[in-house]
Amino acid sequence: MEQRVLPPATVIKPSKGWVSLRLSDIWEYHELLYFLTWRDVKVRYKQTALGALWAIIQPFFTMIVFSLFFGRLAKIPSDGVPYPLFAYAALVPWAFFANGLSQSSNSLVGSANLITKVYFPRLIIPISSILSGLIDFAIAFLVFICMSLYYGIYPTLAVVLLPFFLLLGLITALGVGLWLSALNVRFRDVRYIIPFLTQFWLFATPIAYPSSLLSEPWRTLYGINPMVGVVEGFRWALLGVDTAPGAIIFVSALVATGLLVSGIFYFKRVEKFFADII
Amino acid sequence: MSDVVIDVENLSKQYRIVTARDKGRTFREALTDRISTPIQLVRNVFSADDSSLDTGPDSIWALKDVSFQVKQGEALGIIGRNGAGKTTLLKILSRITEPTEGKAIVRGRVGSLLEVGAGFHSELTGRENVYLSGSILGMKRAEIDRKFDKIVDFAEVEKFIDTPVKRYSTGMYMRLAFAVTANLDPEILFVDEVLAVGDAVFHTKCLAQMSSIIKQGRTVLFVSHNLSAVSSICRKGILLESGKISFSGSARETISFYNDQFAEASQRGIPLSQRKDRTGSEEVKLTNFYIENEAGERIEQIRNGHTIRLIFDFDTKPNQEVENVDFQVLVLLQSGEPLLQFGTRFTGQKFKRVPPKGKFVCEIRKFPLVPGHYRLDAYLVVKETPSDYIKWLTLLDVIDGDFYQSGYCVYEQESKFLVDGTWSCNQIS
Repeated sequence: MEQRVLPPATVIKPSKGWVSLRLSDIWEYHELLYFLTWRDVKVRYKQTALGALWAIIQPFFTMIVFSLFFGRLAKIPSDGVPYPLFAYAALVPWAFFANGLSQSSNSLVGSANLITKVYFPRLIIPISSILSGLIDFAIAFLVFICMSLYYGIYPTLAVVLLPFFLLLGLITALGVGLWLSALNVRFRDVRYIIPFLTQFWLFATPIAYPSSLLSEPWRTLYGINPMVGVVEGFRWALLGVDTAPGAIIFVSALVATGLLVSGIFYFKRVEKFFADII
Repeated sequence: MSDVVIDVENLSKQYRIVTARDKGRTFREALTDRISTPIQLVRNVFSADDSSLDTGPDSIWALKDVSFQVKQGEALGIIGRNGAGKTTLLKILSRITEPTEGKAIVRGRVGSLLEVGAGFHSELTGRENVYLSGSILGMKRAEIDRKFDKIVDFAEVEKFIDTPVKRYSTGMYMRLAFAVTANLDPEILFVDEVLAVGDAVFHTKCLAQMSSIIKQGRTVLFVSHNLSAVSSICRKGILLESGKISFSGSARETISFYNDQFAEASQRGIPLSQRKDRTGSEEVKLTNFYIENEAGERIEQIRNGHTIRLIFDFDTKPNQEVENVDFQVLVLLQSGEPLLQFGTRFTGQKFKRVPPKGKFVCEIRKFPLVPGHYRLDAYLVVKETPSDYIKWLTLLDVIDGDFYQSGYCVYEQESKFLVDGTWSCNQIS
């Protein structure tokens, strides 16, 4: 007699309390993650006149404004490198972070029609919206390479750590993005908070000025803002500034990981009613 | 019972009724309405079920203690009125939303078709959308590669496959979207009303595809208002009523039980005055209904082309005159698709005042519908607020009355309505 093997069973029942994370689900759906990221990339600059140039315009013109006002007029120190390069090396990861933050925060609400009609791990939506920003990052980074050739300032060996700092920026954006996207489902206030948040955060991060303005232990403590670690890490890796960030990075990495882990937990805890209240 | 692939046990789902503070709630509202201290705000943000008012008056059970089993290769039709919980059931089974109580076990890969074109993006081309939508519905990339030609064939859009779908006609868009989902090849398929789209030819094609999916031994749960589609696709059926299963059996039995209910409720069953399935203030309440022909004789069947009167006896609640009464009647297909509406709002004959007891007479000359059974709803409004709204007040039985006095009987396949008119041909000089 033929023995038919039944496929594995999915048990559907109400979850109680703090649910298990089931992060393996994301791996199972990694192709969807790829396709959604790819969709975001494809669609991002559709029907715009300047297209992917926008990825450059934002950090580049901010750099020009900063160079004029902070570099020229206010004569803010720039750790011994030309101010434009100093600012741009920080603005590239900053743009990645700020765009990733706002895109991911609005991602769930923007995908309401998917969430109410199809099942897949919801985490994929904010993750893909941040990953798609990597393309913009790469484009903006090309400009940095041109600038560094122009000024004749080349990275030291520390540049091998650059991916790590990029990852740190990604983790920070995702950590905050998970919190805000999940809150946004319930409280649409989040939409209005984001512009403020990014603006304040921009000035709370040493982009226009170096963190070396602070003396220890305050400088290390400054790393509680994880973007401090990212920005200083980028400068150190790309410009070889002699103010190696050291302890800041550890503090930032710790805080970023905390944000991500708590973000995932919060997201998983509330995701079950997304479809009902979005 | 090893071949049971869907086992649903006492599944229940509670929703909070959408109140002003539910949709687009803001911190401020959350603060003023529900919370008095910051600690509670934190608790509110963290609460996982969003149903702190579990037993309050503004919560309803969309599903209550639903249990059934479906075996491998069976097709189960789920029917019921709007709001009976059909879609909620499919949403729980496809894991879009969680049940409040009970559990369900689903064995096998699930394909869920709650919407045609899930994940389609208008800026992307047809080709790109096939991949995107396919992966959203759970297909692997290699699988989409393999089925791509079949999908495009089915949708008949070869020429436009590299055009953004925003330039597609609605028909093309729907065909492509359905083609992706129809080629999903899951072991278990949930379908919700998606066949309601597209033209008749496409409709037939979809039904054929559904039947072939079932013939391949796959398990299908099919939710629809289209009873003929249910009976042609499904062997078994369940009827949901206010979140509960009120009948289960063969698809045919379920459908006839469903139809009989209305017939019973209207003609042979509960008198109108005792029906509870009505909404409104009942300031003016309908108590009895019958139909008369032109001569004033009561009739059961309506001959089209003839004059009929729909007569509604009523009482008023305060037992005195009531002012400003509007009355609309609606005729719908049994599937719920509205056909016509006729009322005092249209004719400008709003009743300035109605007596404590009386009858509304709605005269329709040359009754314009082809033979068939139609649903009649009545909607009574007093001073702009609903007073008595009764769905399925009765089932109208329309037979041929030789509308055109030509001996030609028009059936619903040819036309739904009959028009009071003539043709002529004249020479232009």
